Amino acid sequence: MKDIIRVIGLNKSFTLSTKQQKLAKSREKVIHAVTDLSFTVEQGEIFGLLGPNGAGKTTTLRMLATLIKPDSGEAVLAGANVVSQPEIVRTKIGFLTSELKLEEFFTPNYLYNFFASLHGINPKLRDQRKRDLFEKFGINNFAEVKIANLSTGMKQKVSLAISLVHDPGIIIFDEPTNGLDVITAKVVTDYLIALRAQGKTILVSTHIFSLVEKICDRVGIIIKGSMAACGKLDDIRGGKTLEDRFFKIYSETMGVVV
Amino acid sequence: MKNIVMIIIKKELARFFGDKRLMLTAVLLPGMMIYLIYSFMGSTLSGLFKSDSDYRYTISTVNLPKSISTLTGDMAADFTAIDVGKIADAKIAIAEKKLDLLAVFPENFDVQVAAHNPASGETAPHVALYYNTTRTESSKAYNLLTTLLNTYESSLANKFDVNAGEDPFNLATKKDASGLLFSSMLPMLLMIFLFSGCMAVALEAIAGEKERGTIATMLITPVKRSELVMGKIIALAIVALISGSSSILGTLLSLPRFMSATKGMPTAFYGFVDYAMLAAVVLSTVLLFISMISIVSAYAKTVKEAQTSVMPLMIVVMLVGVTGMFSGTAQTETLYYFIPVYNSVQSMVGILSFNATATYISITVLVNLLLSVACGFVLTWMFNNEKIMFNK
Repeated sequence: MKDIIRVIGLNKSFTLSTKQQKLAKSREKVIHAVTDLSFTVEQGEIFGLLGPNGAGKTTTLRMLATLIKPDSGEAVLAGANVVSQPEIVRTKIGFLTSELKLEEFFTPNYLYNFFASLHGINPKLRDQRKRDLFEKFGINNFAEVKIANLSTGMKQKVSLAISLVHDPGIIIFDEPTNGLDVITAKVVTDYLIALRAQGKTILVSTHIFSLVEKICDRVGIIIKGSMAACGKLDDIRGGKTLEDRFFKIYSETMGVVV
Repeated sequence: MKNIVMIIIKKELARFFGDKRLMLTAVLLPGMMIYLIYSFMGSTLSGLFKSDSDYRYTISTVNLPKSISTLTGDMAADFTAIDVGKIADAKIAIAEKKLDLLAVFPENFDVQVAAHNPASGETAPHVALYYNTTRTESSKAYNLLTTLLNTYESSLANKFDVNAGEDPFNLATKKDASGLLFSSMLPMLLMIFLFSGCMAVALEAIAGEKERGTIATMLITPVKRSELVMGKIIALAIVALISGSSSILGTLLSLPRFMSATKGMPTAFYGFVDYAMLAAVVLSTVLLFISMISIVSAYAKTVKEAQTSVMPLMIVVMLVGVTGMFSGTAQTETLYYFIPVYNSVQSMVGILSFNATATYISITVLVNLLLSVACGFVLTWMFNNEKIMFNK
């Protein structure tokens, strides 16, 4: 299979302000969020980045989505480099994360059309895809209600639909089921599986084991910004549950018993 | 590329015009408030100096001489002669605002005046006028009688006259007079209203979007940062202009009342070229304001922080605006028109006082536009900088 996402030796560190240092109770001025991270994602698979809070999952995804630049290393998505060709990368990916908010003043319908036009999609194709997506996520009932008046779950559904507005080949979702009830979460995971069936490549980050076990083909375990283990889901599990394997890998990496 | 900018402009305008409350606070309210405040101030001010036209002053006199009483016929006043013994009572009446004026002449005033020789060094005959400044009618009566007495005094030794007769001695044209009126007030008002209009929209649209995380959603689309910046600045300038024009309209409508100029609007003297030049200056100034405020608000983490950081800029603009009020005429040194903000004020003063030249206006507009473009580049750089855009 073809590697559609190639991440090679990615590094990212942040400088802490004095105030942040105090909060973190740390003397160190620089924190290394991601250290020498490499992995590949094959076309048409669902790859899961699994890791505890603060492991560097979101930072990695933000670098792949060109929101922030890596200090060193490179990442190539569908042939486009995140550092030298960010605008091309952005046409190839759909990115969903909780920090991307929708303007509360507008309705889902208006925002969908707005982002579709930013992607340069013609109105006919746009309306056709909008019908499908709105139907799939049950947005039709509140398509003309301002975002401000929607519930968390409804907002997440609209964000999801808008991230797919340009029918991207690569879909990068940061904690896709966070804040969703079990029924909505199932709609989302089912949709991810359906997207894979269409030949799309999906990269998700999560700390939920069941989600990884349910949908992922391969999984990478990130601990303290580095890849602790990466491979086929079954290989990683090695006959045990993912949870047990994760704790074992975590203790080995961190040198502590959990 | 143009298309994307248009899409962003359309969205920003939809955001603004779809929001009734924003429309009310940014467009309707400023104009209405200014109109109401100025009209109120105008009518209060004129009420302060104007008394009822049918009013007759009540004046008590002691020893009113013949020579003076023949002159008072034109005054709308009732004169009452009282005895010397009643002076104290009359003074109390004035203090209590029951009487307007008390005029005390010396006995045989006419004889004394005729006998007095200014060269002798003796004290001249003395007339005492008692009045009360806290009562408008009393002050007016005092002024009237003082003028009358002074005229009488100078008529006694009439050696020469100044400006006697009906000739129009003041040769200022009506056009120049109205030019002075507008060029002293309007530039300052314009600058303040335009700046606050820009502030009302730019802080919310950039710092607000950053604070709420909605700008990040735009940043992951293939849209170029420069297109996003252009779309934002143009849309904000349009809204700021509308907000500014509301304030300007309110000012223009209330100015005649404020200045108690009842004979129609003197703005009729300004021609098409004047308006076109003013529009060019205003437009370029708004663009500059918007881009400057945008930079400040892109740097801030929250709208509140942006509001605080933009204050120094606002104070500078206001102070520079005030300089236009006292300069009288526009600067004639070309160099001044290269100083941003100050050049706008001077250009406005020039246009409104009919002294503007095409060179100065062009320099001003060009400098403003170039600076706005430069700010646009800075803003694009900022939008590309993750430390600024994702600084929490």
